[in-house]
Amino acid sequence: MPQVSLTVNGKSHTVDVEGRTLLVEVLREKLRLTGTHVGCDTSQCGACVVHIGENSVKSCTILAVQADGAQITTIEGIAAADGTLHPMQEAFREYHALQCGFCTPGMVMSAIDLVKKHPSGLSEQEIREGLEGNICRCTGYHNIVKAIAAAADVMNGKRTELARAAE
Amino acid sequence: MYDFQYHKPATIADAVKLLAADPEARPVSGGMTLLPALKHRLNKPTSLIDLSGIAELRGVRREGDAIVIGGMTTHYEVATHPQILAAIPALARMAATIGDTQVRNRGTIGGSLANNDPAADYPAAALALRATIITDRRRIPADEFFLGMFTTALEADELVTGISFPIPEKAGYAKLRNPASRYSMTGVFVAKGPHGVGVGVNGAGPCAFRQAEMEAALSANWSVDAVANVKQSPDDLNSDIHGSAAYRANLVTVMAKRAVADAG
Repeated sequence: MPQVSLTVNGKSHTVDVEGRTLLVEVLREKLRLTGTHVGCDTSQCGACVVHIGENSVKSCTILAVQADGAQITTIEGIAAADGTLHPMQEAFREYHALQCGFCTPGMVMSAIDLVKKHPSGLSEQEIREGLEGNICRCTGYHNIVKAIAAAADVMNGKRTELARAAE
Repeated sequence: MYDFQYHKPATIADAVKLLAADPEARPVSGGMTLLPALKHRLNKPTSLIDLSGIAELRGVRREGDAIVIGGMTTHYEVATHPQILAAIPALARMAATIGDTQVRNRGTIGGSLANNDPAADYPAAALALRATIITDRRRIPADEFFLGMFTTALEADELVTGISFPIPEKAGYAKLRNPASRYSMTGVFVAKGPHGVGVGVNGAGPCAFRQAEMEAALSANWSVDAVANVKQSPDDLNSDIHGSAAYRANLVTVMAKRAVADAG
């Protein structure tokens, strides 16, 4: 049985897997990191998005063996050690960028990658196009887009507070 | 998904050796098409040969008047690579429309070429730009590489190691995406390059193809008007719940016009 070594949220793990074991199965079932969701299991919905290195990927369409040796970040790993939320999490809270919440972990992980790859800023259209791989079946995109725009400003140093201006 | 053995060779030679030793072994690059196929049990390989550990398959470089892209280069890398953006911006723009961000972070140009999905984007560009597909043992002109639906000139144990695109004077791309799956219903890549004008079509038929009448029209007069009156025959085009062959035939002309406009 193959063995894989993964660093997940800064912590090293070595786990026994089958060749066919998916990365998301290791995260959820072996490491009990159940914040990463499985929605469609066909790499369309984006509920399973995690980061491998700097890149957002769909963990339902990666074998655990393919991730051997990788640095992985899940939704559980983005807040500060003292519990302070990541600016993207804080923005999702502030702008109420969720309804049922199922897609939220994947949305947050994709959004962080999107903002990091656009350090000079993002238009609303770029945010909407950048979310192509994430589906919110409540169709609650409006506040998600607003939250990402606000978090982008904080992450890029354009403003320090997330507090909403009068709208 | 059925289980399989897993190998991660460090060299092209070792990967080919593994593939030659077992006809039921399959190479995997990004796995964005293969893994969904395995989940559906459409494929039952005895082992997967992971190409991601092979350094020789990576990288983008300029060789004379061509851009050579390693087979394991991801769509994201093609979309953002400064040398590709400078030399063949239409190719970078095309890569930026494949799948979604997460798919582009994993899927590779070599995997897409070897898979030859009728709706894949790159084959149309390879045909229009007169690219050459480089394998572990030979160089295959694009015209001789794409043979039919999911079928290429590759031998069972042969690996795409890269692709060489002659740098064009101008090139453009346009496609109509299926609104649900986002796959190309019909896409057209046009190029005016060192080997003449090329028009490559994807999504419309069972395999990407060149549109010779449009190539002749654009050779005589590079303009949107030149392709506007060229009609594609619906014979042999795809017909399904998403669109009839006649609809796709009409799209070839519409997308060709937009692609010429995109090229400028």
